[in-house]
Amino acid sequence: MRIGSDENGNAGFGGDMKDAKLEQVLGNFKASVDAWSETAYSRPRTVAVVKQWGWRAAAGWALGCMVVAGSLTGGFHERNLYREHVRMLAAQQALQQQMAAEQQSSAEDADLLAAVDTDVSQEVPRAMEPLARLMDDDTSR
Amino acid sequence: MMAAGTAVKPMNAEAADELAAREFLRVVETHRPQIFRFLLSSTRDVDLAETLTQECFLKAHRNWAGFRGESTAMTWLMRIAINLQKDHWRNRRMQFWRHTRTNSVDLDEASEWLPSGERSVEQQLLAKEQVKRVWKAVEDLSERQRSIFLLRYVEEQDLGEIAQVTGLSEGTVKAHLSRALKKVRAEVGGWR
Repeated sequence: MRIGSDENGNAGFGGDMKDAKLEQVLGNFKASVDAWSETAYSRPRTVAVVKQWGWRAAAGWALGCMVVAGSLTGGFHERNLYREHVRMLAAQQALQQQMAAEQQSSAEDADLLAAVDTDVSQEVPRAMEPLARLMDDDTSR
Repeated sequence: MMAAGTAVKPMNAEAADELAAREFLRVVETHRPQIFRFLLSSTRDVDLAETLTQECFLKAHRNWAGFRGESTAMTWLMRIAINLQKDHWRNRRMQFWRHTRTNSVDLDEASEWLPSGERSVEQQLLAKEQVKRVWKAVEDLSERQRSIFLLRYVEEQDLGEIAQVTGLSEGTVKAHLSRALKKVRAEVGGWR
């Protein structure tokens, strides 16, 4: 490559450097870069994983820990709330069942009392039976 | 010219995607070594050059649908590579309080890569010394001058292409190149 001018007629940059020696030096420089590049390009490539413990990694870890702790705390809180809710529902159900049972038993008592009253009112002691029969006869008459 | 009565079969989306993927693969195979070489000469760091090359093609793949062919694929890719490199150095500067380890090889090691050809041992040593001096000069160039110098003398791009890649005018490219060459000449001149 000419230093004073190029193939596109870009003369002037270093026009005063029509220097065969410098051209040779630059030619050697290019050859050197080419050889190095070819060797480096065709070498087997290995993937190196470099672990750097910088402030970014530390910040990342801290943030990660905060997120994990937050989610755990949130999870526990959530779980406690759920338990509380279940407990309340169970208590409500028990109360309702108790009330229903009480209502049922009071209704049964009332029925029993009514039946007893009827039975008692219709039954006559044995000793009074002749009199009662007499009353029935009078009525038929 | 299409024969009369020949119907153009519309390409379905799947076929179009496959064609685009194949085209992109071809671009990667063609230009990857050159992009890697440019990034290697810019950074003198093989691992970094590989990483940036990967990123370059990843970015290109994401934007492949938007590539309209207004410039050549090489120009487009080189522009992406330069921007990635800029971002990388900017990030490094932003992280000045961190101890950042650089994997750049030293000038001696970088100068080792010289094909022996038909040179005598003495000529080889001389050539290595010259190459080392060029590396030294390149190291001291500004980021922009370095990119322009490498695009010109390693990638052998002309001023128009460099202007397209860097987004600068040809005049500005010329001025930067002139300054870069002056510095290289001064460095090499110490040996002359």
